[in-house]
Amino acid sequence: MKIDLTDTTASKINKALVQGRRAIGTPAVGMVLTMVIVTDEENAYDSIKAAEEASHEHPSRTLVVIKRHARTPRERTQSRLDAEVRVGSEAGTGETVILRTYGEVSEHADSVVLPLLLPDAPVVVWWPVDAPQHPVKDPLGALAQRRITDMYAVERPLQALEARVKSYAPGDTDLAWTRLTPWRSMLAAALDQARTPIVSAAVESEADNPSAELLARWLEARLNVSVARVETAGPVVTAVRLGTDNGEVVIDRPEGPLATLSLPGQPSRTLALKVRPTSELIAEELRRLDADEMYAIALRGEGTKETPSHV
Amino acid sequence: MSTAGIDTAWDNPLRDARDRRLPRIAGPSGLVIFGVTGDLSRKKLMPAVYDLANRGLLPPGFSLVGFARRDWEDQDFAQVVHDAVREHARTPFREEVWQQLAEGMRFIPGDFDDDTAFKQLRDAVEELDHSRGTGGNFAFYLSVPPKFFPKVVEQLKKHGLANAPDGSWRRGVIEKPFGHDLSSAQELNAIVHDVFEPDQVFRIDHYLGKETVQNILALRFANQMFEPIWNRSYVDHVQITMAEDIGIGGRAGYYDGIGSARDVIQNHLLQLMALTAMEEPASFDAASLLAEKLKVFKAVKLPEDLGRHTVRAQYAGAWQGGEKVRGYLEEDGIDPSSTTDTYAAVRLNVDNRRWAGVPFYLRTGKRLGRRVTEIAVVFQRAPHSPFDSTATEELGANAIVIRVQPDEGVTVRFGSKVPGTSMEIRDVTMDFAYGESFTESSPEAYERLILDVLLGDANLFPRHQEVEESWRILDPIEEYWARHGRPAQYASGSWGPEEADEMLAQDGRSWRRP
Repeated sequence: MKIDLTDTTASKINKALVQGRRAIGTPAVGMVLTMVIVTDEENAYDSIKAAEEASHEHPSRTLVVIKRHARTPRERTQSRLDAEVRVGSEAGTGETVILRTYGEVSEHADSVVLPLLLPDAPVVVWWPVDAPQHPVKDPLGALAQRRITDMYAVERPLQALEARVKSYAPGDTDLAWTRLTPWRSMLAAALDQARTPIVSAAVESEADNPSAELLARWLEARLNVSVARVETAGPVVTAVRLGTDNGEVVIDRPEGPLATLSLPGQPSRTLALKVRPTSELIAEELRRLDADEMYAIALRGEGTKETPSHV
Repeated sequence: MSTAGIDTAWDNPLRDARDRRLPRIAGPSGLVIFGVTGDLSRKKLMPAVYDLANRGLLPPGFSLVGFARRDWEDQDFAQVVHDAVREHARTPFREEVWQQLAEGMRFIPGDFDDDTAFKQLRDAVEELDHSRGTGGNFAFYLSVPPKFFPKVVEQLKKHGLANAPDGSWRRGVIEKPFGHDLSSAQELNAIVHDVFEPDQVFRIDHYLGKETVQNILALRFANQMFEPIWNRSYVDHVQITMAEDIGIGGRAGYYDGIGSARDVIQNHLLQLMALTAMEEPASFDAASLLAEKLKVFKAVKLPEDLGRHTVRAQYAGAWQGGEKVRGYLEEDGIDPSSTTDTYAAVRLNVDNRRWAGVPFYLRTGKRLGRRVTEIAVVFQRAPHSPFDSTATEELGANAIVIRVQPDEGVTVRFGSKVPGTSMEIRDVTMDFAYGESFTESSPEAYERLILDVLLGDANLFPRHQEVEESWRILDPIEEYWARHGRPAQYASGSWGPEEADEMLAQDGRSWRRP
């Protein structure tokens, strides 16, 4: 069911949540976390949909914070909070509250969110767009154990990446990193089979792809070789080549979800490497809520001997 | 954990304990399924293999070889797998995943005593090592009736398929029944162990692959609030139930003469009991778990008077859930004078410091009220009540119920004041549900178990010692039943025969309605 509240407060929203739960006859749900989505009106629909799909795996209370801009100067001075409370079948497996803030309250969204957090349960903040420069210092980000940003949603991804390096705090994570998991697990599986030291490496991708850059940094950190960045027509990451003394280990995905894996001295095989929808990325993010140390290592490219020598 | 055959010298630089996003992917390997046309294979195994591939948990080049008496080419086999996957897989069908898998599918037509077929199988395995890089690692899944086990393993041995080349592994996977009594189980183990090393034999008990069953250990040993009361000082008794609402269906040939106790109590229920009763293992490796489970089995004592504390019964024709169903003795292919049990209830005692005096009631049956499996730990009543007796009239005993299926989760039952001006206390429940929510994308039991076989992780597989100990517990009961009387009758759709209610009533207890 859906309850609309106009010009409201957090305590009225809490009452509406209890009322909604009573009305549908499920007084308590085993929700495991609170998900805060900070977004604009344009991206709200897709984000809520993704979060609701992810909530099938992780039942959660979803708080969506949408900052609205009033049209007239007079309205701009007024501060107002509107809320839409959804419980039951309309909210995945948990509860969803959509908060629309106008005027001054937009600057104090954390004061609305704080009373609505589930007791004790972990808090995750996700900025589908317009992530703050310094997520952990953001008032909403400070409430969360886990802060999810997305470098795909910015104009200049590689600059954003540098900003993320500087502002990194444990608990930060980025969907550009999440998108890499299938690539990384297949590369690890390939090395399980190749069992030889890697002497050179290259990542091929479309220009300015933050995932490709993270992948290259991760490989540099783990393999202690410099990784060449090769530009292709894309889409996204198209190939990774790891040189060994006996030949190359290659995962090549020129287009579509089918990739080819070649190992020295072995027949080449096809691999399914598809681009996953946002809901799956979010579900993966919610599986572990502690700091992702490997992301930190990949961000910084720690363990690199020197900066990449060519292209 | 068995790591036989894995070269530990190679330290993959891309793997790191801190990198917990990277899933456990099985090493290069292939799976050979005997009896690939069977129901289990179509409904569970093939979909599970596909789901694993879809989740990216199978190694590149993973190969699936089917062996059966069908005149099929590889493509026909692939089509059968395709249909099975389409119909039964839990994850959405994706063409690219299918292509990756389909390239590694082979089919070997033949009988189990057909030497040419096994030669072909050997060639196929070698060919896959070359063309797919399976590295000589193969698991042989015997999804065939147990009477064929000796033949199949003998053939595997004869054709050198069970011998792992250096640096690789060969594993045998078998399904229940693991014999029908102690001596037949020992015989079967001897046959299988003659071909595969004991720690390379994986016995599937699909219950152990279920999330809730693994959660028993998490609930007990990762929490502080349950373990202190998990003993004879607080627990009154434990009820473990596995009820099915279906009859024997078309399985008359298999079922008659085996019965529910051998079919369910010997493996599933005793395993659930061991997990409920065991002490904390030193660690979660297969050897420590085995040691603790064996201690429970060895401490099990049967009641002296088996006639009073065990019950067996057969379902009788009745209306069940709005449908008129036949009784067991009227089923097709069943001898009307059969004494096979379709319901069995037994009382076991675990004679150790933790459980002395706490009875474990195990029951299973077909054509019962509904399909449910649960473990109920029922606590003693509070030693003293400050409330007068009218206030607590409706208060039952506290209980922790682990719901294994179908609605997986945990229920805690306790007393609470009824709102109002008078003090009246009534039972309420507090539920934790994996619900439809968590399970939706959590792996099916077979997925987990097949992956563990390929990884060589034996935690969730009963070892031959456990199988033999379980038979040692059940054999005297079966012998007693064979010599005394006939099974009782219970109406289909009920919760079992009156005799079972009496069995608990004489101990001053009653069955939960699950």
